Amino acid sequence: MSTEPAFSGGQLLSHAVGFVRELRSEGMVVTPGQTTLFAQALAEVSIFDPQIFYHTARSTLVTRHEDYPKFEGAFWKFWQKLGLERFPGELLQPTPLPPHKEQKPRPGEVGREGKKSSQGQGPPVRVVDRALTYSEQEVLRQKRFDQMSEAELEAARRLLSGFEWRISERPTRRLRPAPAGSYLDLRRSFRQALRHQGEFLRLERRKRKTKPRPLVLIADVSGSMERYSRMLLHFLHAFALAQTRHGVRTVEAFVFGTRLTRITRSLKKRSVDAALAEVGRTVKDWSGGTRIGSSLHQFNRIWAKRVLGQGAVVLLISDGWDQGEPELLAFEMERLQKSCHRLIWLNPLLGTPGYQPLTRGLQAALPFTDDFLPVHNLASLEGLAKALESLSLRPATRRSGMAG
Amino acid sequence: MIPTSIEETQKALEAHHYITEKGLAVSVFLALKLGRPLLLEGEPGVGKTEIVKVLADMLQTRLIRLQCYEGLDINNAVYEWDYARQMMQIRLLEASGERDQSKVRHEVFSSEFLLERPLLQALKSVNGKPPVLLIDELDRADEEFEAFLLEFLSDWQITIPEVGTVKAEKPPVVVITSNRTREIHDALKRRCLYFWIDYPDFQKEYRIVREKVPGVPEKLAAQVVAFVQELRKEDLYKAPGVAETLDWASSLMALDAVRLEPALVEETLGVLLKYQDDVVRAKNAAQDLLARAQMPTLL
Repeated sequence: MSTEPAFSGGQLLSHAVGFVRELRSEGMVVTPGQTTLFAQALAEVSIFDPQIFYHTARSTLVTRHEDYPKFEGAFWKFWQKLGLERFPGELLQPTPLPPHKEQKPRPGEVGREGKKSSQGQGPPVRVVDRALTYSEQEVLRQKRFDQMSEAELEAARRLLSGFEWRISERPTRRLRPAPAGSYLDLRRSFRQALRHQGEFLRLERRKRKTKPRPLVLIADVSGSMERYSRMLLHFLHAFALAQTRHGVRTVEAFVFGTRLTRITRSLKKRSVDAALAEVGRTVKDWSGGTRIGSSLHQFNRIWAKRVLGQGAVVLLISDGWDQGEPELLAFEMERLQKSCHRLIWLNPLLGTPGYQPLTRGLQAALPFTDDFLPVHNLASLEGLAKALESLSLRPATRRSGMAG
Repeated sequence: MIPTSIEETQKALEAHHYITEKGLAVSVFLALKLGRPLLLEGEPGVGKTEIVKVLADMLQTRLIRLQCYEGLDINNAVYEWDYARQMMQIRLLEASGERDQSKVRHEVFSSEFLLERPLLQALKSVNGKPPVLLIDELDRADEEFEAFLLEFLSDWQITIPEVGTVKAEKPPVVVITSNRTREIHDALKRRCLYFWIDYPDFQKEYRIVREKVPGVPEKLAAQVVAFVQELRKEDLYKAPGVAETLDWASSLMALDAVRLEPALVEETLGVLLKYQDDVVRAKNAAQDLLARAQMPTLL
């Protein structure tokens, strides 16, 4: 290599820190421990070979395959700052990620505040002053989201964040002590016996531990769902937070219009507004068309194996207005249903008196849903919560799609 | 032997028939040098487990494997007492008139009755050489096990209440693999050096096939690899890994094929693809794929 030595030994740490700062500005999370490890690793390799420097940095600082492209970008910026020439391109083949057809972002309602709403700015309002009376609450619970005024929506959101969502549990394969369990605990029995000259006076038992089921939300944010989208996101956020309180590590959340976007990480933010703003930034196809089939195809292909383990429950939220092929939708719904414990379709239109699910998309998908529930007002959301709490241990009886 | 540089690492891996790119060699070298675990992620069948066998060969040491599954607990991962034999021992002691409780206890909780499981074995060096420990498919274990592992990987010691603390003379070389059926906890990831193993490109895969399937005709190898490379671009549920490519090449050789024919491809697709939908899709695209595979541009 004929490059100028970019640093002397004493500068190693400061350069490492500088590079980490660059990564953080790209939005990556790097801990001080990783930075130290990186600096230690740099001391072991020849840092004048850019390729080796690149791989050293990547293996110590990046812990997710999805972050490889971000890393690449930060890396170039950093090296150009140091005035080093570009490396031959074939050294660093960019990591291919699933292709995204870029679409024109449409101005969505999400993450953007209405002019009059005072969320997120100014002093926090004391809820006590604005608490609703019981009868007011009752009216609010029954009122459809798409007919609410801004103030009512505000009140509904506050009610929502107070909801105590729980999800039914499944038996895991881990055991814990229990007097009347069905498994013998030889270890504890044996220790007890030792106290009595090796006589087994009582056998200690264990039973299976239970854990809340993982939950996966897949929400439609296309044009026909626009009136519900914002409320939906509030619902998703409240839901995700409540689950974390109950020890479910993550609720996986996805939104789709014409394509699928994972918003799990965005929803993790504690404040609703910060979370929604982040979602608004990541999702590119708000309020556009709907392709439920191909969005589900993406989910099945890329995410199903990762997030549907351990008896997961899937909530699919959509009004069923689909511009794709009904055959594709039916096929993907069947696959999705077969790979989860329970598939619940939530439809905001179900609350409309006289509504019949007649769209071709819905007709194709309905045979493969375990539950078909409304989601148009607070009362229906409470109904959903009850349904989630009392899921049976076995998957619902389903039509077998194929013979055998 | 422990490699002293990145080039040496890569050479040593290749000498053991593991063909790899520089990035992985850097990660392996650093893992050995800094004594950190190496976390490998990637699609099934790209050679995650393979490299661990090669590492053990290279370092001339034992390979200890812990296969993870949901509910993996201390008894199966670390150690267990042999209760049946302990019971016998107590009866024997009684018969010989031993009445001293603490003696009995000392007697039955000795190493003679301890069944060592992989993590405890991994703390013991043989001839001063620590073993290579493979923790396979960690994503299948549950969070409780991950938490325990995090502690194990930072302290290199295990406490057995009846015996005391067992500490490693030298920490083992640890490789963790994951198929990403769920995300591994960040805290654990950050202790490790991370590397994502991708599907190999044509050149690399061709070299692997020539290396691992002795006697394969050059032309067939090139066509097989080109076909698989094209197949991976299709929208499949489960793309074929390198392991599948090798199986397919061996199967074709068993059928005495010297080049790819459409009929042959149709008959043997089941070796490459594990989903009926994928097989159907590939059959429909077979002509097109073959046309592209007939022209390996890189030879």
